[in-house]
Amino acid sequence: MIRDQAQAWATEQAPVAAFRRMRDAGVANRFEPATWESMVEMGWTGILVPETYGGSDLGYLTFGVVLEQLGRQLTASPLYASALVGASAVLLGGSDAQKEALLPKVVDGSEILTLAVDEGPRHTPGTMATAAEADGDGYRITGRKAQVLEGMSATAFIVAANGPNGIGLFLVPADASGVSRTALSTVDNRGYAHVDLVDVRVGGDAHLGDADVLEAVLDRARAGLGAEMLGVASQAFDMTLDYLKTREQFGRVIGSFQALGHRAADLYSQMELARSCAEAALMAVDAGAEDTAELCSLSKAKVGDFLHEMSNQLIQIHGGIGMTDEFDAGLYLKRARALEPLWGNQAFHRDRYARLLGF
Amino acid sequence: MSDALEAFRAEARAWVEENFPPSLAGKGMGMEGELDGDTKADFELWRARLGEKGWGAPTWPQEYGGAGLSHPQAKVVSEEISRVGGLNPIPALAGMGITMVGPTLLEYGTDDQKARHLPATARGEVRWCLGLSEPNAGSDLASLATKAEDKGDYFQLNGQKIWTSGADISHWCGALVRTDPSAPKHKGISFVMLPMDQEGVETRPIRLISGASPFCETFFNDARAEKSDLLGDLNDGWSVVKRLLQHERQSQTSAGSPMASAKSKAIQDVAKEYAGTDDSGALADGDLRSRLVNHLMDARSHSLTVRRITAEAKGQVKVSAAASILKNSATRISQTKSELTLEIMGAQGLGWEGAEFTAEEKNTVREWLWGKAISIYGGSFEVQKNIISKNILGLPETTQKG
Repeated sequence: MIRDQAQAWATEQAPVAAFRRMRDAGVANRFEPATWESMVEMGWTGILVPETYGGSDLGYLTFGVVLEQLGRQLTASPLYASALVGASAVLLGGSDAQKEALLPKVVDGSEILTLAVDEGPRHTPGTMATAAEADGDGYRITGRKAQVLEGMSATAFIVAANGPNGIGLFLVPADASGVSRTALSTVDNRGYAHVDLVDVRVGGDAHLGDADVLEAVLDRARAGLGAEMLGVASQAFDMTLDYLKTREQFGRVIGSFQALGHRAADLYSQMELARSCAEAALMAVDAGAEDTAELCSLSKAKVGDFLHEMSNQLIQIHGGIGMTDEFDAGLYLKRARALEPLWGNQAFHRDRYARLLGF
Repeated sequence: MSDALEAFRAEARAWVEENFPPSLAGKGMGMEGELDGDTKADFELWRARLGEKGWGAPTWPQEYGGAGLSHPQAKVVSEEISRVGGLNPIPALAGMGITMVGPTLLEYGTDDQKARHLPATARGEVRWCLGLSEPNAGSDLASLATKAEDKGDYFQLNGQKIWTSGADISHWCGALVRTDPSAPKHKGISFVMLPMDQEGVETRPIRLISGASPFCETFFNDARAEKSDLLGDLNDGWSVVKRLLQHERQSQTSAGSPMASAKSKAIQDVAKEYAGTDDSGALADGDLRSRLVNHLMDARSHSLTVRRITAEAKGQVKVSAAASILKNSATRISQTKSELTLEIMGAQGLGWEGAEFTAEEKNTVREWLWGKAISIYGGSFEVQKNIISKNILGLPETTQKG
């Protein structure tokens, strides 16, 4: 049911044409406020949040269904960063008081959370320079976080930093003294920012758990992103298949050439396998399965591989038209490549999977 | 799992405990002299009991020798048999009977055909082979030339079949033959069943690059197939065989190699043993490590896909177009695994015979060579891609019409 709702809404209210218009208009936060308000109204910000805090507690698989449909249209919003990644951090690492303070605001959209982990061009969640020193009954945080998703629109950052117990997560309001941010202009036109923290003073209640929580939050972020990436890739596949059936050269539709028919068969098969991985990761998170970490890495890597290949074939099979900015293929290629490195690219997750399997 | 299925499991467990001869625990099919006089008798007893219970072909209707079980129930039966270290020998004893001929007979056979053929097959007493491919009809199966002439009560067969698995030890053969040479190639074909023990049938085993094999050449010289053993309509054998091949693909969708034993070591452990690890416990050969993890991820995504498709079919293992996707993915995984294992074992992986090589090493080289067949039989890699592009994606026919 929610799939139909998400599909209908995304294709009618927030289609890729709207993303293009937003890009061309140069909207500051890289999403339309009205789009975000509709998502809040439909309750999508509360999909992970328990009913006590105003959510619907439907779980990650359901969130994945929505993200897949948004991925298909490249719909831009802080939904993923705040209501999936941010909410996960609060749910996993927060005290009852923190949940009470934050979750209802995540649900009503007045608070936009985002996770700030990496400090350079690569995903290295195990090492960081940002420090959170004990300071009276709170912490004093200094460091720089790179390429923070929705970094310009966030109202609070969940910052990973070296604290008194090793790596920990700390909630830092975006308007806290010592926080500054720089908007980035990237090829995919999504909202990112570098965030600088200089002697930022937060209270003792800003602490949201330690390294184990960060790892669990990252896996949820990866599982959710796998669903969005699957959506981007599925749409690219559908566009390509449609073109194979309609474009004529040499007096016949190009899909009748065996070289292209076999390529389409390969891509379709890869898509089916990638879908299984994406769904398995989300279900493992929902079930609290023992192999959740393995499956989240599997999803990020296999969906990433498929999206990489599919986005290239989207351009190749469309030929010259695929190279034009007027056609949408380029938007999908750019989004594809921007999502691959987020929370670890395929190489990162292959290495992690091998370590989890003991080799 | 539902309560009803759990209740069924208790019943199945009790029956297995009462009827499985403990002397057979951990024993194979008796192919390698594994069974002596007593256990041989026990093996025969176990087969007979399973057959009587209908568990040789558990999902077939009871009147035709099955037990009328659902697919989840049949899975429970095989799990319970494995639990005591046993195996169900009937599918192997029946050759192509349980996996391919039986399901097709159930769909296309007359009541008389089903009554004559299915019960003995389900008891593991009748072994079936299939005469489909010919020397000049492989991927283009419909160009087959074996001729069946109408002789009143029977058809007289002349021609040659190849890759007839187990033909030299089978009792019956399902053969695709040309009954109307003047019709377009897909329209003049019929599917007949004939006993192998007759003068006009001769078989010759084929030795492969991997050594001995179950495959044969089968020659028909005025062989006789009764009219009452025509399966499906005259000249409509192509519909019958398409269905039969779907059942074949379905049975080939598991990524486990047919020659691999259940006890075989995980490939990453073999790699650590032969190629060594660094201080962190990671494989020392970084290039091998990344290709190995890629392979293991492919294998995991394959088994997740089998699980997903089965779940989406609500427990009914449907014969579906997805079988082509799964067959190709299983093939790729199995062949990659063999290539990687051979590479991991290095010079030791080349051993053919002799005490200088372990059984595992000698098996690896044979499995690698045999594995080259997987992307050829049952519809080649390329034929499966044609099926996917045409039947699933709705792209135009890419092969020549005939």
